Amino acid sequence: MASYLHPVDPPAVDGLNIVVCIKQVPDSAQIRVHPVTNTIMRQGVPTIINPYDLFALEEAMRLRDQYGGRVTVLCMGPPMAEDSLRRALGLGCDKAVLITDRRFAGSDTLATSFALATALTTLAREQPIDIVFTGKQTIDGDTAQVGPGIAARLELNQLTYVSAIDSLDQDKGEIVARRRAEGGVQVLKSKLPCLITMLEGSNVLRRGSIQDMLRAARADVTIWSAEDAGVEDPMKCGLRGSPTVVKKVFAPSPREEPAEMVATEGKTAHQAADAILDLIFASQPKLEADLVKGA
Amino acid sequence: MAQPPQRPAGGRAGMKKELPEHFKAYKNVWVFVELERGRVHPVSWELMGEGRKLADKLGVELCAVVIGPKAPETKAAIAETWAYGADTCYICEDVALTDYRNAPYTKALTDLVNTHKPEILLLGATTLGRDLAGSVATTLKTGLTADSTELDVDDEKSLAATRPTFGGTLLCTIHTLNFRPQMATVRPRVMAMPDPDPTRKGGRMVWHSLDMAEADIVTKVLEYVADATTSDANLAYADVVVAGGMGLQNAANFRLVKDLAAAIGGEYGCSRPVVQKGWMPADRQIGQTGKTIRPRLYIAAGISGAIQHRVGVEGADLIVAINTDPDAKIFEFAHLGVVADALQVLPALTEAFKRRLGGDVKVLEDA
Ligand SMILES: Cc1cc2nc3c(=O)[nH]c(=O)nc-3n(C[C@H](O)[C@H](O)[C@H](O)COP(=O)(O)OP(=O)(O)OC[C@H]3O[C@@H](n4cnc5c(N)ncnc54)[C@H](O)[C@@H]3O)c2cc1C
Repeated sequence: MASYLHPVDPPAVDGLNIVVCIKQVPDSAQIRVHPVTNTIMRQGVPTIINPYDLFALEEAMRLRDQYGGRVTVLCMGPPMAEDSLRRALGLGCDKAVLITDRRFAGSDTLATSFALATALTTLAREQPIDIVFTGKQTIDGDTAQVGPGIAARLELNQLTYVSAIDSLDQDKGEIVARRRAEGGVQVLKSKLPCLITMLEGSNVLRRGSIQDMLRAARADVTIWSAEDAGVEDPMKCGLRGSPTVVKKVFAPSPREEPAEMVATEGKTAHQAADAILDLIFASQPKLEADLVKGA
Repeated sequence: MAQPPQRPAGGRAGMKKELPEHFKAYKNVWVFVELERGRVHPVSWELMGEGRKLADKLGVELCAVVIGPKAPETKAAIAETWAYGADTCYICEDVALTDYRNAPYTKALTDLVNTHKPEILLLGATTLGRDLAGSVATTLKTGLTADSTELDVDDEKSLAATRPTFGGTLLCTIHTLNFRPQMATVRPRVMAMPDPDPTRKGGRMVWHSLDMAEADIVTKVLEYVADATTSDANLAYADVVVAGGMGLQNAANFRLVKDLAAAIGGEYGCSRPVVQKGWMPADRQIGQTGKTIRPRLYIAAGISGAIQHRVGVEGADLIVAINTDPDAKIFEFAHLGVVADALQVLPALTEAFKRRLGGDVKVLEDA
């Protein structure tokens, strides 16, 4: 059956064609907020590949190493996101595509999944795609919505929160994967093409080889505008294509009653601890009784 | 390369004031009742409590959506929705819905929405809820706010979903102005568990058929492996939680946190960078992207109090913060503050609790 990712049937080439969607994010550990204006100070903040995406990259490369084929990294972002794509090439990916256009700016998850799904459809015309990988979520947006969004757009089976791929049968076009659920793990059998979001800790990222690093420095990163990516209706992109609207950004207000500060000056740690306990149990008398009972 | 920006033809779609005509019929607040392997996830009832408030403000019905196999467990879940305040229950029962799979669940829920047109649709931000919400919102081409920490409706009756925004010290309020339904997910324990009223009368039941054959569903569940430990759930539902942050300086010092937790018979946790450093396992992370907790007593040692941490602990009855920095953010929302070195105060607290509580002290296993 022909689909967005398999426009021709059967797939034309040997091996797997895998695309991994990655995002370039600010290194959250280094973000500082301006103490007075409450705005984010982005300047000088180093960027990294979204850490969760690295598990997706590794899993894709493992499958490629085992079954043959190639791994393409796809990213939507500002022109400087080319850095992250080059890093992915340095780790051993085969091809990199950056979709960058001012009209993508301000995309929420719906608009982001639209842009990425469109680019994937365009890529699939060059060669049918078997698996699309994403990370579990990003560390800046943290929504976990873009993966399912891409799958819904492309009418793909989605396997989210995957911790391991047990097996893959290329002839049958079948894949068996483990998916984290609340309180357990589902072992699922599904069909290719599919979309997989990888869970953190599911594998260990390889270090790029010297050859890969050298190749990455010289490699071409394909850079596409919205039109190049296949976007016909720019109204579906960026702010205009985003149904969610941020109406207000604000700092949380401190509690109305400020914290009661326990005086510690001149006290030993033990005296301070006793003072803390007195205050805890003064405000939560029932808790003390319950804890004594439970102890 | 990047194109020069074009003038927006119709302005920013999201900012249009007037709701398109075809969305005006959308009415009522829906809560998706998450039923997995015969068990309703408690987050569903927490959302019913919150949904009730929104519905009352809007003057509309609160409706539950139960999707699952035709089985006694599904029937029991439907019956429970009345106790948690549902006026109407929308039901889709089919053998294909026995285990959670994205495709049939997405079809069931999107068909229900398209047929009965809710204005608000809430789901739990669990692995199931997030998997489903992302697909449903995209299929319906509507807005979805992930992991909201506060829900309200504004003067214009629009859903206002608040969540932390990136950077770590700010919150933002997100609206879906001219698309319906307005969707949001909320993590477990963020909203308070309402008291069920088992005497409350049952409401209207509306059945919907799945209309999807097993043969059309390409994903099959081969097996389900239950987790060996339940340590996950304990942290979210514990009465007492002790947590450490980067102020503890190294992995070895987390012994102090665990000892104190054990002395009080509570659970232990940590902030996110501690997990990133590998000092504690991921299932011990507390906050927006970790566990949300609602203990009676929360002791935070060496934690600065960034927004993502704050929203995960704000439901605690009593927050005690130990931090060397008198200006630490955490003192803005703690009830009791101690400006001191956690490395000294934690062992002293452990001793003091042992003396005070007496009896044998439970020792927690290392995770
Ligand atoms: C999208 C996103 C999601 C996030 N999700 C979460 C989340 O779920 N949970 C979470 O916690 N964070 C989360 N964060 C990170 C969050 O923004 C903060 O970076 C984090 O909470 C800070 O951790 P910390 O307080 O342990 O460390 P720091 O900010 O480094 O603070 C350490 C504190 O310890 C104090 N200290 C130092 N030495 C001592 C001592 N000897 N005794 C006592 N105090 C001492 C310092 O004064 C300081 O206040 C998230 C961030 C992003 C961007």
